[in-house]
Amino acid sequence: MEHYISLFVKAVFVENMALAFFLGMCTFIAISKKVETAIGLGIAVIVVQGITVPANNLIYTYLLKDGALAWAGLPDVDLSFLGLLSYIGVIAAIVQILEMLLDKFVPALYNALGVFLPLITVNCAIMGGTLFMVERDYNLSESVVYGFASGTSWALAIALLAAIREKLKYSDVPDGLQGLGITFITIGLMSLGFMSFSGVQL
Amino acid sequence: MSQPTIKQVLLDPVFNNNPIGLQMLGICSALAVTSNLNTALVMSIALTLVCGFSNLFISLIRSQIPSSIRMIVQMVIIASLVILVDQVLKAYAYSLSKQLSVFVGLIITNCIVMGRAEAFAMQNPPVLSFFDGIGNGLGYSIMLIGLGIVRELFGAGKLMGYTVFQSINDGGWYLPNGMLLLPPSAFFLIGLFIWAIRVWKKEQVEAPDFRMAPQVSKQEAY
Repeated sequence: MEHYISLFVKAVFVENMALAFFLGMCTFIAISKKVETAIGLGIAVIVVQGITVPANNLIYTYLLKDGALAWAGLPDVDLSFLGLLSYIGVIAAIVQILEMLLDKFVPALYNALGVFLPLITVNCAIMGGTLFMVERDYNLSESVVYGFASGTSWALAIALLAAIREKLKYSDVPDGLQGLGITFITIGLMSLGFMSFSGVQL
Repeated sequence: MSQPTIKQVLLDPVFNNNPIGLQMLGICSALAVTSNLNTALVMSIALTLVCGFSNLFISLIRSQIPSSIRMIVQMVIIASLVILVDQVLKAYAYSLSKQLSVFVGLIITNCIVMGRAEAFAMQNPPVLSFFDGIGNGLGYSIMLIGLGIVRELFGAGKLMGYTVFQSINDGGWYLPNGMLLLPPSAFFLIGLFIWAIRVWKKEQVEAPDFRMAPQVSKQEAY
């Protein structure tokens, strides 16, 4: 249990998806002008990340890994080069399925998340989470924890940035820095703040 | 709309319409791989090639793709190209590919590649699309290489692993600014880069949401 808590805390604060690995930056900057939309997108990312990382973990372990096809009588087959293609396929499919399920059963949530769901397919944080999971060799239960934690870290970062940007629009920014420029510098300062977590030992 | 020329699509994205500086595309990898020039260079070459060829192939079959599944078709083409790049890197530059870790794979979700495929290659003939892809790749590369040079030179006193400024630890005079090797500095540098480009090209400046009122108090106004 302790191991999982430490994995969770580490993934949320120390290895923050957005602020330490710069994943999902495009959407991070584009959709962070208002706190409400930012939180909506954040929740969508947590859900999708929590599902896709374990799903991809299963695919990797039972289909792609070197010798993973032993159960089908093919112990010498190594399909790991197909990884990228299958992960992105899984992500796209899960996002699509989630969209249809939400539309049918939870219309309220669907209306809240609607616009953001398709955007998530091309969010590098989702793909990045999966790739980190493969690189670090997490097992199934670890990958469940890691999926939720990395989603949470991204959601936390975008909510914070949106809150800052809402205040920022009332300040007097030099012309050339207006908009995109000042946003980058704000993120830089936030990332500097998050670096102070890096010494945390659990 | 008149047909753009090859020169236009090749050079426009480099300064006038830089994918990172103006369109906000492909920022993720721009930040993560620039702490030294080597990885930045490899990443730029990989992205430029993937972008150019994905545009070429998508444009070749653009009239055959049904519009309802075009995203998936584009994804498959891009993913196959990225797998190719990934395998080549693993074969010929293993240590570099370890350093780049997940970021080669993330070219798939790099918005520049997707964005150009969707916005340009679906409407334009193959050769033109190919050069558009290369041009956008170059725009991205210029930003990446610029960042890589600044970060490695001032952060470690080296360029591509060769010592330029002898650092104090090795008995030289240069005190390296370790901050530049850390993630946050990339954000500051890109912010400053954007500022510099916009001072030069005024028309890219964004309009502020609110104007500051001139600072006069009631007494002064009378």
